[in-house]
Amino acid sequence: MAEYMDRSKDIGPYVPQADDDRIVCRCEEITKGEIRQAVHMGLWTMTEVKRMLRCGMGLCQGQTCTKNIKRIIATELGVALGQLEEPSVRPPVRPVEVGVFGNEVESL
Amino acid sequence: MRIAEHPIIESYQKGRKVTFTFDGKEMEGFEGEPIAVALRAAGVMIHRYTQKRHEPRGIFCAIGRCTDCVMVVDGRPNIRTCMTPLKEGMQVETQYGVQGGRGETGETI
Amino acid sequence: MVCKAEGARLVKRYDLIVIGAGPAGLSAAIEAAKCGMKVGVFDENARPGGQLFKQIHKFFGSKEHKAKIRGFQIGNELLEEAKELLVDVHLNTVVMGIYEPLRITVNEGDRISSYAADNIVIATGASENMVPYDGWTLPGVIGAGAAQTLMNLHGVLPGKRVLMVGSGNVGLVVSFQLLQAGCQVVAVIDAAPRIGGYGVHAAKVARTGVPFYLSHTIVRAEGDGKVEKVIIAQVDERWNVVPGTEKELEVDTICMAVGLSPMSQLARLAGCWMEDKGGLVPCCDEFGQTSVEGVFAAGDVAGIEEASSAMIGGRIAALGAARRSGFLTDAEVKEKYDHYAQSLDKLRRGMFSHENKGRTDLVQTDEGYPLSMSLLKKGYLDAEEVSQYPGVGTEKRIGIHPVIECTQNIPCNPCQDACHFGCIQVGDEITALPQVVLDSRCTNCGLCVASCSGQAIFLVDETSEPGFATITIPYEFLPLPQSGEKGMALDRSGKPICDAEVVRVKTSPAFDHTALLTMRVPQEMSGQARFFRRRDVVQ
Repeated sequence: MAEYMDRSKDIGPYVPQADDDRIVCRCEEITKGEIRQAVHMGLWTMTEVKRMLRCGMGLCQGQTCTKNIKRIIATELGVALGQLEEPSVRPPVRPVEVGVFGNEVESL
Repeated sequence: MRIAEHPIIESYQKGRKVTFTFDGKEMEGFEGEPIAVALRAAGVMIHRYTQKRHEPRGIFCAIGRCTDCVMVVDGRPNIRTCMTPLKEGMQVETQYGVQGGRGETGETI
Repeated sequence: MVCKAEGARLVKRYDLIVIGAGPAGLSAAIEAAKCGMKVGVFDENARPGGQLFKQIHKFFGSKEHKAKIRGFQIGNELLEEAKELLVDVHLNTVVMGIYEPLRITVNEGDRISSYAADNIVIATGASENMVPYDGWTLPGVIGAGAAQTLMNLHGVLPGKRVLMVGSGNVGLVVSFQLLQAGCQVVAVIDAAPRIGGYGVHAAKVARTGVPFYLSHTIVRAEGDGKVEKVIIAQVDERWNVVPGTEKELEVDTICMAVGLSPMSQLARLAGCWMEDKGGLVPCCDEFGQTSVEGVFAAGDVAGIEEASSAMIGGRIAALGAARRSGFLTDAEVKEKYDHYAQSLDKLRRGMFSHENKGRTDLVQTDEGYPLSMSLLKKGYLDAEEVSQYPGVGTEKRIGIHPVIECTQNIPCNPCQDACHFGCIQVGDEITALPQVVLDSRCTNCGLCVASCSGQAIFLVDETSEPGFATITIPYEFLPLPQSGEKGMALDRSGKPICDAEVVRVKTSPAFDHTALLTMRVPQEMSGQARFFRRRDVVQ
């Protein structure tokens, strides 16, 4: 899957694009331009980008946008989609209210 | 708009007719159907306004994934209306921002 | 069956836990229960069946794959079978994590609890892909699945005027369903230069008058608080918009059908090795067992396919679990496995098989007939080219006879079984094009027309009345036209070509909601008239 990425590679400067203002992460309202700029700041994986921008960390937990964000990062880096490190998966895989976690019962 | 007659589907499983309110306005729907369905049948398109850009959102995936259709239901915000069954007397309100009422984002839309 | 959890909480144990009650999951549960396993199925939805209950079209395949039965009826059959076999189905129950192998943690209402099993089948299906464009967050932009949920499960129209984005089978099937529900489909667009789904699915949409714009994309959606119009434009080979090709369409709904991704998060949580097959899927052996012993994957989560193959995949995974836990002997497993594997293999052949999907270099069928470029680019067969296919033919025929406009190798053969008089031949290879046998006697029973899941069979009679011909077409719309009603005949592209009079409308339980409409048209139109438009319909 994710191969070693050469972090010293020169990806050139951030050049604004016409569709930079377009929303990619619908929940957190993060735009394509913000993601592209993050890549040029040295954040080269989905995990890094989302920690700075919160894209993919809203209510839906990246169900809609993850693939699109990865595509933007890959394009910006000039690599194939499969070369990017997968963002980690953590439970719960669906939104669960914190209060519910405290209410564990037997399953009989 | 509800489908009166369908060439393939003979009937839709529906509960009894109930009334609920949308932003204080009385509306009708069927018990047990998703709130979002009752709203769409009544022509309501906007479920919430977003936190940052204050943009309107409505039904998007309709299966509980995208959370775009969340609203304030009986005082609780972030309720996925496409997954939550309608009940008699429910109070459904447009959600502003991520927490609920109009005052939360400090904006008037 | 109880085992002690670390925290002194009791945990229910199953021989097999199935996550997801869709076609793959229910099939796995049924097969496992038949082997004597105690099975629990968990699904986050209020209703079981996954996407099956939104599928109102007749399925493809052959008899063993439940061909010509509509998806929701297959769903009902599976549910009935699961119930008889005493499978526990936990609904409204979200599997939120697999924290250790062979143990799931679920959320039901305001509680969480855990269940243990000797085997787990992950059958969580897929989620829809989305592509962003300006205005894609406006209310009125929805997934194709959302449209199906609204109209087919809940009886509510998603909108009045709809643009469909994507010409794969999902886009085509949902477009037809939108028409059936009473929506107008303004156009089907796709950025690809070729229609991605079955030609027969495209053809039944095109003949109602829906235009296809291939090599087109959405530039933006506009509207005040909701979608009011959309601007589309042509793209070049590098997917860039060609300036000056913009078109504005007045729509209230934009329906996105741009592919599916396996919903494989739980497999990753379980620690399965993953591979990229157009989305991350667990690496599986021939039984669907992942790299984690006892954890299996079946259906779309193991690789996007059709519901028909998902059902077989589920059964095969159940065999693997039954073998692992000693519910079947190796010999029993082998016999069943060979049967299912063969059945699956039949579905995985033809022009839309995994190897051939998305290929743009295919120019002819397996038999050597040229593929219709018109069908691939415009959604309908050209009048000049239809006679080259074995279901149509060039010979002038006396009396009534079937005309089968089935021109691509897809796994489907109910037409062959439908005709009791041997008029139609597909042969053993179910992807072969059907042939109309010349010297056979057609009795005008219409069973072939109603059995064709692709709605590609017509009964034509050019000799019953001088100067006129009758054409019998499958018709799945309401209101049903009446005998004697006058309207227009449309050609394959949906263009009105002549006056037509309805001679007869036949319905029968054997046709399963496909009405057979016979219309009378001028004789020279017999090769072109393929749809009937009522007078009061404005397009």
